[in-house]
Amino acid sequence: MSEILYAQLIAVGAGALLLTSVLMVWRHSVLASIRLLATQGVALAFLVAVMGIHEAEAELLAVSILVLALKGVALPWVLARNSATIGSTGDSSRLNPTAALMSVVLLTTLAYVVSWPLVGTATDPAEHAVPIGIAMVLIGFLLLVTRRRARSQLIGFLLLDNGIAAVAFLISGGVSVLLELGVSLDLLVVVVILHVFTGRMRSKFGQTDVDQLRELHD
Amino acid sequence: MSSVLWIPLLTPIVVAALSALTNWPPLRRLAGVIVSVIVLLSGVTLVIAVTQGQVPTSAGGTLRADALSAYMLTVVGAVGLVSNWGGLKERGADDGKNSGQYAALISLFLGAMSLAVLADNLGAMWVAIEATTIATAFLVGHHRTRRSLEAAWKYVILGSVGIAIAFLGIVLFYAASIEAGTPTLSWVELGNNYLALDPTFVKIAGALAVLGFATKAGLAPMHSWLPDAHSQAPAPVSGLMSGVLLSVALYAILRIQSITDAVLGVEFMRTLLSIGGLLSLAIAAALLIRQRDYKRMLAYSSIEHMGVMALGAAVGPAALPAVLLYMLGHGLIKASLFVIAGRILTVEGTSRIADVRSLLTRRPGLAVLWLIGMAALLGFPPFSIFFSTVDIILAGWASGMAVVMAVALVLMLIIFAGLTRLTASMLFGSAGNDPADSIGSDSPSTDSSSHGPRLPLVLAFVVTAVIAFISTPIGTLLAAATAALAGTQ
Repeated sequence: MSEILYAQLIAVGAGALLLTSVLMVWRHSVLASIRLLATQGVALAFLVAVMGIHEAEAELLAVSILVLALKGVALPWVLARNSATIGSTGDSSRLNPTAALMSVVLLTTLAYVVSWPLVGTATDPAEHAVPIGIAMVLIGFLLLVTRRRARSQLIGFLLLDNGIAAVAFLISGGVSVLLELGVSLDLLVVVVILHVFTGRMRSKFGQTDVDQLRELHD
Repeated sequence: MSSVLWIPLLTPIVVAALSALTNWPPLRRLAGVIVSVIVLLSGVTLVIAVTQGQVPTSAGGTLRADALSAYMLTVVGAVGLVSNWGGLKERGADDGKNSGQYAALISLFLGAMSLAVLADNLGAMWVAIEATTIATAFLVGHHRTRRSLEAAWKYVILGSVGIAIAFLGIVLFYAASIEAGTPTLSWVELGNNYLALDPTFVKIAGALAVLGFATKAGLAPMHSWLPDAHSQAPAPVSGLMSGVLLSVALYAILRIQSITDAVLGVEFMRTLLSIGGLLSLAIAAALLIRQRDYKRMLAYSSIEHMGVMALGAAVGPAALPAVLLYMLGHGLIKASLFVIAGRILTVEGTSRIADVRSLLTRRPGLAVLWLIGMAALLGFPPFSIFFSTVDIILAGWASGMAVVMAVALVLMLIIFAGLTRLTASMLFGSAGNDPADSIGSDSPSTDSSSHGPRLPLVLAFVVTAVIAFISTPIGTLLAAATAALAGTQ
């Protein structure tokens, strides 16, 4: 793979990651967000595969299949289960769309500012894409604190996690396969647990608005 | 000797599988006790090996028991034993189909903590600490009430986000090691100065990792899940989470600190931990004064004690033996207190402090235990928390942190006053206010039963009371553990 093609493919992958993140903030429908999350998982797997081919590392290709299976298929599938029964799948945000998109712009700028000392002098195009990963982490935080539905919070958490995975791959080519497997398994179980809690919340509270969760306080 | 490393990891899995798959009541009832005993025995075996100068390793160095790991494993086992044994229900008092799930999860919880302290690999440690969140999620939500569901949701979301941030930090450590030419996640190697790690990377990595693990350690400002989760979980789970899971997270911070200290010097982490420690003390002080629920009171007291331990960690090697002793003392006492709180909740039916009055005359069996436990927690000698606190403050004073220690001391005094007032109002108080109460107390039915096994609590109190005076095995072990952190072993 030529260096120019490699740089372009990395840029395409990273661009897809950022685009899906921004669209997740813009769209309030839970189902649309889940589809975007699946797309983002595929984009992340693509990015890892490109790096694997470029560095001719079989291990990274194996990891990219793992990422595709987990973030592209399994997690969105877990989230999308029972969504037909929810009925209304919209979510109200604490921010209006304009303010939310403005915050995304600010957070992305912030991501570039804070990650400059780390990657500013790097020559590898993959490391130049690291700020995108940081931006995803920050946008994930934004979703986590501004969305009201339990499931949307879960999506925010997954976006944050995708961002961390993106940084991990871009900056260090990922950690070892075994560790990657452990990390993925942990993530999958956490999502299943939160999904179960969402179901219990619906049966106990009648809805999944996290504003309901305010019985415990001092 | 290295095969001993596998015992505390594999036994919990076997016990968990057996209690989930087979329907044998004694195993389900005793699963937590069995696993705790195994972990404790493995810990003691490893401590003996370590004091003889060995450092057992296995799995290509991924599992490693230096003095600190062996000590932490012993603490996990000891606190686990007190929580599970003290929290044993009477035979036949099982809650049906959930008991298998409960037994399996509590075994896995203990196994995950064992892996966290035995792994010489930041990644494996991360996976293990995340696994503790997974194992405890359903344990916190075990009662399936609205409140426990709320607590469990907040706990899992905040815990997972925190731990995800820690992962980002660990990845940056890895990236730094790649730039230095030796890709590794072993802290033994990362903490060695011959790997010329990039200070910029290490600074950001260390800050993120500590921020993440501080979430699990219950340090302010990432503590907000803690009072909810610890007050809603069943008593043995609260005991384990407050008594030892927080310390395991602090252990992770200590390991991270050993890397950043080697690369950046002590000032960087000292600043971070001092801020976290003082904030924790301030928040605990503010919320303990007007606390109305005795389980939440214990939870906030955990935030306070973690704050003091963080300050000790900030001081560095001079205070570390005291911090490690603190972990054991606080773990045993807090586990006992949560167990007693669980019993008070069962017999009184309320966790409001205002509704529990004159316990000492009505239920002396529980009240005496509660009084001893609270005295130890408040830091009365001869209990080890007293000596640990004094050591930390003196060491801090000697190493130029006088202002920090002075502020901490003031906050601790406020907390002391608040806790004393709350305990006194539970134990003494006026019994005549409540009509329902006077009906119960007009007959001479003073309830001197301890409503559960008394021996584990007595053992915990005795160990905490004498341990600070045993210098030969304990003192040398703690010194060796401190040396292990400094990379001199």
